[in-house]
Amino acid sequence: MESKTRLMKGLGTGIIFGFLLHRGGVTDYNVLVGQLLLEDFTVAKIILTAIVVGMIGVHLLSDKNIIELKPKSGSLRRTIPGGLIFGAGFALLGYCPGTIAGAIGHGSIDALIPGLLGIITGSFFFAAYYEKYSESINKNNFKVNTLPELFKLNHWKVIIPLSALIIIFLVWLEGMGF
Amino acid sequence: MNQLIFASSWSPYLVGTLIGILSWLSFLISKKPLGTSTTYARASARLGALFVGDDIFEWKYYQQYKPVLEWQTMLVIGIVIGSFISALLSGDFNLTFTPVTEFESILNQNILGRIFSAFAGGILLGFGARLAGGCTSGHGISGAFQLSIASWISLIAFFVGGAAAAFLIL
Repeated sequence: MESKTRLMKGLGTGIIFGFLLHRGGVTDYNVLVGQLLLEDFTVAKIILTAIVVGMIGVHLLSDKNIIELKPKSGSLRRTIPGGLIFGAGFALLGYCPGTIAGAIGHGSIDALIPGLLGIITGSFFFAAYYEKYSESINKNNFKVNTLPELFKLNHWKVIIPLSALIIIFLVWLEGMGF
Repeated sequence: MNQLIFASSWSPYLVGTLIGILSWLSFLISKKPLGTSTTYARASARLGALFVGDDIFEWKYYQQYKPVLEWQTMLVIGIVIGSFISALLSGDFNLTFTPVTEFESILNQNILGRIFSAFAGGILLGFGARLAGGCTSGHGISGAFQLSIASWISLIAFFVGGAAAAFLIL
């Protein structure tokens, strides 16, 4: 088991994260489903802002060797079907794995009982599927993990245009009245 | 300041910025990015053991993600507590079973419909997150800002699949 200090760090980070998710409104079924129906863009605004702020900060810290980044690896055969199935589940349940914990915190019993039980059952089904088909699931992994490696560019040449693009999109979104 | 503490909601740009900063701190303090869905995978070994017995702990997936209490488990418990605190302060704590929504459907207004939609949706969400290798926080925020290829594809697929399903059922 991990040390008590480490567990406490996780708990503290989670408390702040949960507080922010609730204040942002994204532990509310209506706001999450509203995003999927393209009527409420709170989720997109939060995620995209967090991406810009997170991206600039962690890359500055990693350039100075203060932190080590851990970009996830994957493959098309995992991310595309996995992402689409996840999306369908997101629409039916109305929460995602992080926001469901927040919904439990403000009293949603549907999140606590059938929702949580469903996520755990679905994860168990995957472990059973993985037991039989791990070789095929793990095939064709991307050769490199990140976009700068893929385009053979310095990471700032991706971060700066991407941040600009996100900011332009958000300004446009506000201009459209969303 | 008082207004901010008791306000029922903050600007999404403020919240997004603070989550971005929390991500820096998470790397600095815990050497890990924010993420949640692996916790449910670890927990699923315990639930599965009730049905298939202790052999389950030998499964490849559970050898990789052992059913132990670790940093991310505590983070998920923390989210419940943090949201509870915020809800109490803003007077938004309510025990509910069917969500209050303007997108009414038998799937969210009828008790049995809601049990079905939450459970079936949860199964797809749990399975999809494991196949994709992360969820809205692990891929969508932490993975995307580390410029992971897998995370950007997943993030787009989450919302394409989610919008398609939402338009179909609601």
